[in-house]
Amino acid sequence: MIVTAQAINFIAALLLLVAFAMLSQRRIRALVNLFAVQGVLLTASTLLTASGTGQTHLYYSAALTLILKVFVLPLILHRLVRRLQLTGDVEMLINTATTMLVGIVLVIVAFNLALPISEFAGTITRGTLGIALACVLLAFLMMITRRKAVAQVIGFLSMENGLFFAATSITYGMPMVVELGIGLDVLVGTFVFGVFFFRIRETFDSLDIHHLERLRER
Amino acid sequence: MSELAFLLGIPLLGAAALAFRGSQYRAPEMNAILSGLTFLAACALTVRIISIGPRTAMNELFFVDAFNVFLVTLTAFIGFTTALFGTPYMRVERDRGKVGAGAMRLYHSMYQLFTFTMLLALTTNNMGILWVALEGATLATVLLVSLYRTPASLEAAWKYFILCGVGIAQALFGTILLYLAASRAGGTGGEALLWTHLNAAKGQLEPSVVAIAFVFLLVGYGTKVGLAPLHNWLPDAHAEGPTPISAVLSGLLLNVALYAVIRCKVLADGALGTHLAGNLMMGFGLLTVVLSAFFLGRQTDIKRLFAYSSIEHMGFITFAFGMGGAIANFAGLLHMTVHSLTKSAIFFAAGHAAQKAGTQNIDDIRGLVHMSPAVGWGLMIGTLAILGLPPFGVFAAEFMILTTAMREHAWATPFLLVALAVAFAAVFGKVQTMVFGDPSVRPLPHRPAALPVFVHLVIVLILGLYIPAHLAAWYREAASMIG
Repeated sequence: MIVTAQAINFIAALLLLVAFAMLSQRRIRALVNLFAVQGVLLTASTLLTASGTGQTHLYYSAALTLILKVFVLPLILHRLVRRLQLTGDVEMLINTATTMLVGIVLVIVAFNLALPISEFAGTITRGTLGIALACVLLAFLMMITRRKAVAQVIGFLSMENGLFFAATSITYGMPMVVELGIGLDVLVGTFVFGVFFFRIRETFDSLDIHHLERLRER
Repeated sequence: MSELAFLLGIPLLGAAALAFRGSQYRAPEMNAILSGLTFLAACALTVRIISIGPRTAMNELFFVDAFNVFLVTLTAFIGFTTALFGTPYMRVERDRGKVGAGAMRLYHSMYQLFTFTMLLALTTNNMGILWVALEGATLATVLLVSLYRTPASLEAAWKYFILCGVGIAQALFGTILLYLAASRAGGTGGEALLWTHLNAAKGQLEPSVVAIAFVFLLVGYGTKVGLAPLHNWLPDAHAEGPTPISAVLSGLLLNVALYAVIRCKVLADGALGTHLAGNLMMGFGLLTVVLSAFFLGRQTDIKRLFAYSSIEHMGFITFAFGMGGAIANFAGLLHMTVHSLTKSAIFFAAGHAAQKAGTQNIDDIRGLVHMSPAVGWGLMIGTLAILGLPPFGVFAAEFMILTTAMREHAWATPFLLVALAVAFAAVFGKVQTMVFGDPSVRPLPHRPAALPVFVHLVIVLILGLYIPAHLAAWYREAASMIG
C-alpha cells in the first residue's frame, strides 16, 4: 500500500515535470511527444491505483487512456502536423523565463486550492490532487501564451489530462459510462479541431492566431 | 418508456442518414420532417409524464420530471420550427453560392446531432453524461458557426470553441468534486453521480466541497449560458454562423445550459442550507443584465444586436432563479419559454431581412415592411415582444420577476429597471429604422418562411394574456421542484 502510494506520488511528480516541459517547449512535434508521455504516465498511475486499491474499473480506464492518449490522439496530431507542414518554432507571447515563474506561482495556488479538498477525500492517492490541479493550470497557461492554434489544442487536451488525473486521485476515477463519454468527446473534438485547422489554413494561409483577433467591440 | 427511445433515436439516426444524403435537393424537407417527428415524440412523452408523474428509465440512466419534460417539449418544438425556417433559408444560401454540397450535408447532419445532444442533456439522470452532452453540443455547432469559412466566422468559431471548452472543463472539475462529495456520503460506484440519488442524499453531502463544486459548475455552465464576464463567444458565434444556428443557439443551447446550472443549484441548496448558490446566481445575473444592456446600443450588426439581447435575458432569468421561491421560479420558467420562442422568431425574421438586404449591417437594411410585410412586421412585433411590452408573455414574466425583486431584494430593482430602459431605447430605435423608411432590400427567390415567426409570436401573445390552467399547474409543479 505504502509502496504503491509512493510510486504514484513519484509518477505525479514526473507529470508535473512534463507539464513544465510542455510549457517551455517551442517545437510542435516535441510538444505532441510530450503529450504522449503524459498519456503514458497517466496510464501507469491509473494501473498502479487499480492494483493498489482493487478498483477493477480503473483497469478499463487505464486501457482507454493508453489507447486514446498514447496512441490515437498523438497519431492524429502528428498526422496533422505533417499534413499542415508545421515545422519551426512556436512564437511565444511572453518569454520562457517569465512563463516558468508564473507557472511556479500557479503550482503554489493549485496546492493551496487542493488542500481542503484532498483532506476530505479518503483515497490513498489524495495527495496528488495538488499536482493534478497544477497540471490543469499549467495547461491553461500554455494555451494563453502560445500563438499557434495547434499548440493551443495540445494545451486543451493536456488540461483534460490534468482533470482526468484529478478524478483518479480523489475519487478513483469517474463512473465508466462518464469516462467513455468524455473519451468520445475528446476524440471527436480532436477530429473537429483537425477539420478546423484546414479551414483556417485555407482562409489565412497560416495557423497563427493573430489572424483571429479582428472581432471585437468597437 | 418507448417515447424516450424515439425522442433520442430519431435525431441520432437522422444525423447519420443526413450525413450521407444531406446535400440532396429535398434534404431540408427531410430535416424538417425528422425534427417534426422528434417533436411528436416529445409531445407523447409529455402526455405520459403528466399522467404518470416523474419517472426514471433504462436502469435510472434517464430521468424525466415536470421540470425537464417542459424543456424537452420546448426544445423539440423550436428545433422543428427552426428546421422549417431553415428550408428556404439554406436554399437561398446555396443558390447564392455561399455554401456548397458538402457544407449542406454537414449542416443538416450536425443540426440533428445538436438536437440529440440537447435532448440527451435534458433527459439524462447522470451529471457526468450531462457534461458530455453539453460538450457534444459545442462540438456539433462549432463547425456550423464557421460554415461560411469567412475569416470572421472562423474567428468566431475558434473563440466559441476555446472559451466554451475552457469553461466546460471547469464544469468537469465541479462534477468530479460533486462525485467526491457523493461517494464520501455513502454513494456507491456509478450510481453516486445520478441526479436522483444525489437529490435524495443532498442533506448528507459535505457542504464545503459542494460549495466549491457549485462555483466551478456555475462558472463552467455559466459560460455556455452567456453569463458575464465569459459571454464573449456568444455575440460572435450568433452573428457569423447561419441564422438557423443563431436561432437554436439562442433558443435551445442557452436554456439547456441554464437547466444544468439549476439542477446543480437544487443540490447545492440542499447540501449547504444557505442561500450561497442563489446569491452567486443573482450576482452573475445582475452583472450580465447591466453589462449587456449597455453593449446593445453600440451594435451595428443585426444578429449581434439580438445576441446581446439574449445575453441580457439569460441574465434576467438567472437572476430570477437565484432569488428562488415559488413566484420567481414560475416567472423564470415562463421567461425561459417566451424568450426562446420570441428570440428564435426574431432570428427567423432577421435572417430573412439580412438575406434580402444582402448584409447584416443595420444601417444598410431599410424599409423591410414595404418589400415584405411578413418579415417586416414579424421583426417589429418580435422586437416589441422581446423588449417586454404588454400584452406579450415576456412582459408578464419580467413583471413577476421585478415585483418579486422589489419585495425581496429592493436594492437590485433600480439596476434591472435602468437596464430594461437602456435596452429598450437601444433596440427599438435600431429596429424601427430597419422596418420602416425607404426600402433598400430586394425580393428573394424562395418564399420566406413567415409561418414559424408568427406561430411563435402568437404563442408568446397568448402566454402573455392568459396561461391555460393545466400549463400553469405544470409550471407551478416544476417551480416547486426547483425550490
